[in-house]
Amino acid sequence: MTVETNSKMTEQDVRSFSEMNGEPSWFTELRLRSFGEAQTLPLPKPDKTKILSWNFTEFPVHTVQSSVFDSIEDLTEDIKSIVDLEQKNLYIQHNNTPAFSRVSEELAAQGVILTDIFTALREHGDLVKKYFMTNGVKTDEHKLTALNAALMNGGAFLYVPKNVVVEEPVQVVFYHDDAEASLFNHVIVVADTSSKVTYVENYFSTVPHANGLANIVSEVFAEDNAQITYGAVDTLAEGFITYVNRRGRAARDARIEWALGMMNDSDTISENTTNLIGDNSYGDTKSVVVGRGSQKQNFTTQVVHWGKDSEGFILKHGVMKDSASAIFNGIGKIEHGATRSNAVQESRVLMLSEKARGDANPILLIDEDDVTAGHAASVGRVDPLQLYYLMSRGITKQEAERLVIHGFLAPVVRVLPIEGVKKQLTEVIERKVR
Amino acid sequence: MSTLVIKDLHVKIEDKEILKGVDLTINTGEIHAIMGPNGTGKSTLASAIMGHPKYEVTQGSITLDGEDVLEMEVDERARAGLFLGMQYPSEISGVTNADFMRSAMNARREEGDEISLMKFIRELDKKMEVLDMEQEMAQRYLNEGFSGGEKKRNEILQLMMIQPKIAILDEIDSGLDIDALKVVSEGINQMRSENFGCLIITHYQRLLNYITPDHVHVMMQGRVVKSGGEELSHKLESEGYDWIKVELGIEDETVGQA
Repeated sequence: MTVETNSKMTEQDVRSFSEMNGEPSWFTELRLRSFGEAQTLPLPKPDKTKILSWNFTEFPVHTVQSSVFDSIEDLTEDIKSIVDLEQKNLYIQHNNTPAFSRVSEELAAQGVILTDIFTALREHGDLVKKYFMTNGVKTDEHKLTALNAALMNGGAFLYVPKNVVVEEPVQVVFYHDDAEASLFNHVIVVADTSSKVTYVENYFSTVPHANGLANIVSEVFAEDNAQITYGAVDTLAEGFITYVNRRGRAARDARIEWALGMMNDSDTISENTTNLIGDNSYGDTKSVVVGRGSQKQNFTTQVVHWGKDSEGFILKHGVMKDSASAIFNGIGKIEHGATRSNAVQESRVLMLSEKARGDANPILLIDEDDVTAGHAASVGRVDPLQLYYLMSRGITKQEAERLVIHGFLAPVVRVLPIEGVKKQLTEVIERKVR
Repeated sequence: MSTLVIKDLHVKIEDKEILKGVDLTINTGEIHAIMGPNGTGKSTLASAIMGHPKYEVTQGSITLDGEDVLEMEVDERARAGLFLGMQYPSEISGVTNADFMRSAMNARREEGDEISLMKFIRELDKKMEVLDMEQEMAQRYLNEGFSGGEKKRNEILQLMMIQPKIAILDEIDSGLDIDALKVVSEGINQMRSENFGCLIITHYQRLLNYITPDHVHVMMQGRVVKSGGEELSHKLESEGYDWIKVELGIEDETVGQA
């Protein structure tokens, strides 16, 4: 039994890798079970994008060894551009290697855990076991979730105990500078009852082209009355075929707010789901995308209402240029019993070239009577009257277009809580739309 | 001194000719008012001068200090010294009013000579105070969710920040209550100088109670049919337009006719 990799991972390889990391036996078993599932399960079926011919299983090597950073001053200049040296709560993964981490003494004393996923498995096994692919993402959903568990070679674990309010944002950087590396990352963020945290992650490639692939799963849990703000800026390199699944689960009175800047240069399948399980829970997803070159992407954003009085908002803005194509599926789903829920979504796509393609598909699935729901979707060019207005003040056409595009993508830029990351996203947008 | 000269201007929109030979000369130091009933081509004249993409000039010329305005792109016209206060300004989400105005001011300056942030904020604060605008308006997205009156004030704010040579104000008074009208007029009056010329388009005389024009023109059927001094606006106020129609033998003043 093997997975089709260039290096042919076998069941024995998975077992050895797990043992080498000193993982608890339950996790080794979970990997092996998932490895078996991966052999037979089909690929996911993102609506309106055919991915059967995409390579999600062949990659050069399973893990690469990269350097660690002894102190924050030793970080590369690239990383320093997005990390504030004052950043108190920081974890950096260098390709597949846990390379740097620190948590303020104050938070550590309160029981906050921020670490790489392997250390979490060794030192906080019971906590990880409670959340790892139990009621967030399941291993047997499809081939890629199974592979994520079986081949996991990186990721982070953030746990905020009951009643702890983390004021400063927690930052995690997945730094990718080895073209041969692949990422099977698994991130778990837990905000326990009545706690509050802001988590910001960067998938950050500095190589121009990647030969590996990325299979990323994030599971995010906001327990009763907890609040999580989850920011992300993805800038993975061209060639790095990416499956990224970010899924949240909000309990009673809990809030999960996402701000996702999805700026990969690679073909990407993104799924972002928020399950509003508890009564009076709240989910807000804001995502912005720029597609360029001949990139193919699919962004499925979903908010599922189970709890009564739950509120879900989806905002997606995409800019497409060159011959890039992208599908934007927005799904607001209200389950039976989720009375007085409110599901609202807006998808807008701005086309900058004749050959670019962008489709916005708003979907409302409602199985309850006493609810409110709304959607808006549009695909179009930069409004010539907006350009006329800006130009009538002396602003050049190029600058006017730049202003309109940045304005269009501002909803995510504006809410990112870390200045360096905000600046990075602005610069990436600048570079990509030019 | 700068001079905007419009000669025999013919303009069409979607194959319909709206302007049928407009002649007008505006010098800096002068305030002109164009009056006239609805549908006579006043706003088309404003849009054509600025270069609105939907309007096509089929005949005639517009020059600013001898330079051919019709050969210029919209942004070049603005940088040459023209300004249009629009009747329906666009809303632009995600771009703050302040950022937009700074971009507009810097567009007139050389790279490396951009206006300093402090100086910009001082200027903006001062002018917003004249226009009785809340400070937070600067950080709101450009015209997004602005009331009709707020949009008009914001147009005048831009006028005051940009300081053009010649401004065209297209029905800047419509939808304003009397207090807002006074405030907006105060802003325009502050602009009055030897270096500033203005063309005010309105179909109500009341704005001209606050801004005294040097020249008043009446448009009908896509042409300027009568010009005079300030007294002409008072006559229009008291007697309406019918006497002009009688005098010139016009039955229907709108552009579809004649």
